[in-house]
Amino acid sequence: MAIKLTTYGNTAGLHRRFTVRLTRDCSAEAMNHTDLALVVPLARESADLAQYKSFAAVITDSSVLFDRLAAAGIPAVRVQSTEGYREGYIVTIEPGSGFIRTIFRPESPHNTIFTTDRCNSNCLMCSQPPKEVDDSHLVEENIKMLSLIQASPEYIGMTGGEPTLLGPDLIRLLEAAKGKLPATHLHMLTNGRLYKDLAFVRRIADVNHPSFVSAIPLYADVAGIHDYIVQAHGAFDETVEGLYNAAEAGLAVEIRIVLHKQSIPRLKQLAEFIYWNFPFTVHVAFMGLENMGYVKKNWDDLWIDPVDYMDSLGEAVKYLYLRRINVSIYNLQLCLLPQSLWSFARKSISDFKNEYLDICSPCTVKDHCSGLFLSQVNRHSEHIHTLSVI
Amino acid sequence: MAHKEFHMIQEYLSPVTTYSLLPFRFMRLDRDSVLLTNDWGEFKIIAPDTFERFIHNQLNTTGTDYLDLRAKYFVSDTRSSDHLRVMASKYRTKKSFLEGFTKLHLFVVTLRCDHSCPYCQVSRQSEDKTRYDMTSEMAHRAVDLMLRVPASAVTCEFQGGEALLNFPLVQDIVLYATERNRSIGKFIDFVICTNLSNLTDAHLLFFKEHNIKISSSLDGPAFLHDHNRPCSRGSSHAFVEHNLRRAQEALGRENVSVLMTTTKKSLAYPREIIDEYVRLNLGSIVLRSLSPFGFATKTMKTIGYSSEEFVEFYKKALDYIIELNRRGHSFAEGYATLILSKILTPFPNSYVDLQSPAGAGFSAVAYNYDGEVYASDEARMLAEMNDTSFRLGNVLDNSYEQIFFGERMQAIAAASCNEALAGCADCALQPYCGADPVYHYATQGDMFGNRASSGFCKKNMAIIRHIFELLRQANSETEEIFWSWIHQASREEMKLPKVSWLSN
Repeated sequence: MAIKLTTYGNTAGLHRRFTVRLTRDCSAEAMNHTDLALVVPLARESADLAQYKSFAAVITDSSVLFDRLAAAGIPAVRVQSTEGYREGYIVTIEPGSGFIRTIFRPESPHNTIFTTDRCNSNCLMCSQPPKEVDDSHLVEENIKMLSLIQASPEYIGMTGGEPTLLGPDLIRLLEAAKGKLPATHLHMLTNGRLYKDLAFVRRIADVNHPSFVSAIPLYADVAGIHDYIVQAHGAFDETVEGLYNAAEAGLAVEIRIVLHKQSIPRLKQLAEFIYWNFPFTVHVAFMGLENMGYVKKNWDDLWIDPVDYMDSLGEAVKYLYLRRINVSIYNLQLCLLPQSLWSFARKSISDFKNEYLDICSPCTVKDHCSGLFLSQVNRHSEHIHTLSVI
Repeated sequence: MAHKEFHMIQEYLSPVTTYSLLPFRFMRLDRDSVLLTNDWGEFKIIAPDTFERFIHNQLNTTGTDYLDLRAKYFVSDTRSSDHLRVMASKYRTKKSFLEGFTKLHLFVVTLRCDHSCPYCQVSRQSEDKTRYDMTSEMAHRAVDLMLRVPASAVTCEFQGGEALLNFPLVQDIVLYATERNRSIGKFIDFVICTNLSNLTDAHLLFFKEHNIKISSSLDGPAFLHDHNRPCSRGSSHAFVEHNLRRAQEALGRENVSVLMTTTKKSLAYPREIIDEYVRLNLGSIVLRSLSPFGFATKTMKTIGYSSEEFVEFYKKALDYIIELNRRGHSFAEGYATLILSKILTPFPNSYVDLQSPAGAGFSAVAYNYDGEVYASDEARMLAEMNDTSFRLGNVLDNSYEQIFFGERMQAIAAASCNEALAGCADCALQPYCGADPVYHYATQGDMFGNRASSGFCKKNMAIIRHIFELLRQANSETEEIFWSWIHQASREEMKLPKVSWLSN
């Protein structure tokens, strides 16, 4: 079930954008903690405003409380419902617009550090198209977020944009992650192009994060097609060089392939290219298309029904499996995959954008299926159907 | 925010007007196909007319054949870098078996033996221990040499004669090497080659205690084995069958292996030989041809055969092994596995056979019972025929440097790279094949050899071509079988896994 991670509220007494952890506990230990925001649901408000004073802000769905806090000069945010603001969540709140983004949920296996909107590629199928903006403030917010997390989660992703554009700030971010959450696996999505700079790669490796993987996309075994897909001349050479630099510096790499009309024709050859040139890759992920961002714009150049590329995918997966390369299939529904490929399919879609169709309800393998992206609910393979195996 | 313009594919993948061929070798496989290979063993098979267009700069540079060749580094163009670093890395990886230098050290602890196999040139039926046994002093100097090589892991293999007839020296060597190695810290893999006819519980206890593996010989069912390997003390086959079980039980199945040698009589029994291996719970076989030199002409007539006869036998046996695998047995053939891994993987392998540079001296060295050092097991056999061409020195008289980098070794090295041998240098099968200066010296009187009349060349070209043919015909199941051999895995492990939550 998809979860809403952003909303707009009304704010009072806030002067700048800030990042806080949420609590519903106004007990003594929580007092005087300026990095905490107190969530007060309707009907649980207290007449005594004193206890709210020491929090960075109070988030409530009570208009009455909100007005009283505003009048008393206590920072406050009024939201439609406090239901999505649970204990331990970390949110970023913007004054003025009242924009609230949930950036960390302790119970979720899909938390990510969003590093930047900027990117040096412009992939045809980008689900999160790059923006030329100055979002350098995200670095401090992310470091703040890391410092607010209470228990090390198993996994945190890093995404963008292109995280390596942060340059030295990326090193700081990795240092912070290692310092605060050494037990958390860090998985960074990067196009690997800036890894062409061995000195930079070595600095990342020198952070010596105990569990860090760079997940790097490679869309073809030849430059022309890869460069076309990422819409950047020279990208293929830079990524190939980058993969070698990563290996040389001792960084673990994963290779990611998005499946669409441009990458499918040479998929088997791409698998061969990966095995012969990057046998050090710790994982290869074949990924179904997410119908977001540029995908809608480039639909005709990208869309191919998964059913129509299943032979190619099966061949590529088996090629790598026989060679003992760890391989997965992401974002594809079990009803589109032959049973022989089911063991490679992962429940890869982040919970906040994960949906199932009505016809999925009676499906006997739904619990094991990735489901769909929220963005695909109205536009997906015609072959999705209910299964009744087991 | 407005997005950037998207550009058409033609902007990235336009035809290039000219391209350059990168170094590769080629040969006709059959009427309809040409095999192209490069130095590290990537290959591509194309049609003859495609090949013609390719080499004459006329191939469509946006077509599949061209892009395939580009991705395998057969051609260079202006669209992207040639990734010299990638090519260098692949070449280095393929040749990385050379890292650490000579790893296999053979200790001929005695020439005495209770068998009189016609294909063995070296064993002696003698009670005279002083004449044919290695001395403790020689053995210790040989161990010192072994521990000098840079490799972090070495194999110390006891050979004979029958090594167990000089068990006290085997113990001596193991204990001395272990003690000396305490401050050096190499991994030493001990292997004892034995016909198993004298195996005692005391032997097994010592092997178990020091992680010593057993390598024995089994040429097939009793009628064939006993014909090939006559023993003065009874049926050799009966000894092997009985003691193989004991050894497997005592040391674990994975620590006991056997070797098979093909004689003229074997040629008629490919299935029987393999069935015998399966019956005795042996997971694989290496179909080895005779080292056909150093015999008297009379012996050669009795047990010898031509390369063609061996290849016929090999193909039949291999077909049968594949059939067994199809029926669900996990059973591998070692020589095919070696060649398959060279063709299908970017990795090196540690077998001494079929390497370039050849194994003699580079990967293996033999310390003979009399302290003489030879470049390989075959080289010391040649020495028993009074030809010491491959003698590198003596453990008592010569230093590590004199032995491994002396004039003799340099002369051998010059003839050890098939990249630089006439007839090999431009052969498309070169990356999958090897060089064998000892073989060519023994059969042709010249370490470099003449490929046109070389039995080594005939045999290996035929076998490698056959394996290419099998690969081209391979269905999904055959592929799984081949990969199970390469990974030393079972048939089941190579099948796409089932999800745990699905019943049956």
